[in-house]
Amino acid sequence: MKVKEIAEKLGWQIIYGDGEREIEGGIYCCDLLSIVMGRAPSDSLWITVMGNVNAMAVAALADVAGVVVAEGMPFDEDALAGASKGSVTVLRTDQPVFAAALSAAKVLGLK
Amino acid sequence: MSSNSLHYHYVVPGDDFTQAGKASSAVKQILKQLGFNPQTIRKMSISLYEGEINMVIHAGGGEIDVDIDDEKITAVLTDRGPGIEDVELAMQDGWSTASEQVRGLGFGAGMGLPNMKKYSDELKIDTEVGKGTTVTIVVKLAS
Repeated sequence: MKVKEIAEKLGWQIIYGDGEREIEGGIYCCDLLSIVMGRAPSDSLWITVMGNVNAMAVAALADVAGVVVAEGMPFDEDALAGASKGSVTVLRTDQPVFAAALSAAKVLGLK
Repeated sequence: MSSNSLHYHYVVPGDDFTQAGKASSAVKQILKQLGFNPQTIRKMSISLYEGEINMVIHAGGGEIDVDIDDEKITAVLTDRGPGIEDVELAMQDGWSTASEQVRGLGFGAGMGLPNMKKYSDELKIDTEVGKGTTVTIVVKLAS
């Protein structure tokens, strides 16, 4: 399923990107960037509360399909500039991380 | 050393977290354009980003030299920071001397060097306390 499709189904806001990438690496949740860097599967949907520029750099380098900024956390201009340098789509939801992951898992049919 | 070799040089500013990762992103873009396989690109990107972030957090910035030839990608990260007192300890998962401010940004999990070790094919750390650190990362190209 494409990132934009999951955004549409769950009513999550697309902050940046076209959402055209397929989610093929499952769902990954973590906020410590070095752990994300080393362990987030490529092509996964990464759910986090980190909406800063460094998180966007990590998303691009770890090559995730999309980032979900959960808990309605702020996403500043630096982060937007960072996102624009990669090909990662950024979504936002007011849901907490676990609830967001659970909703995404249901839509993706993960068990 | 092969005759077909490409060289790139980057300057990494210190303590500027908005710029951190710029060199790694540029290298990733180049590797993509050169058509390397995604696994090779991911290995180099992760290792290099961790090294770049370490230079920003701990060493007041530094310089990165990347060489690409027919067999491997080599990145040499040079800084004139404080050096690493105990490399063995720094290599352990979870060991970190990062400040609270840096942790607030999502760094300082103590995974930087372990990630570099895990994702590179060769990792060499030359360090002298008070003088600086040179880290060499090699990722071999899949034959």
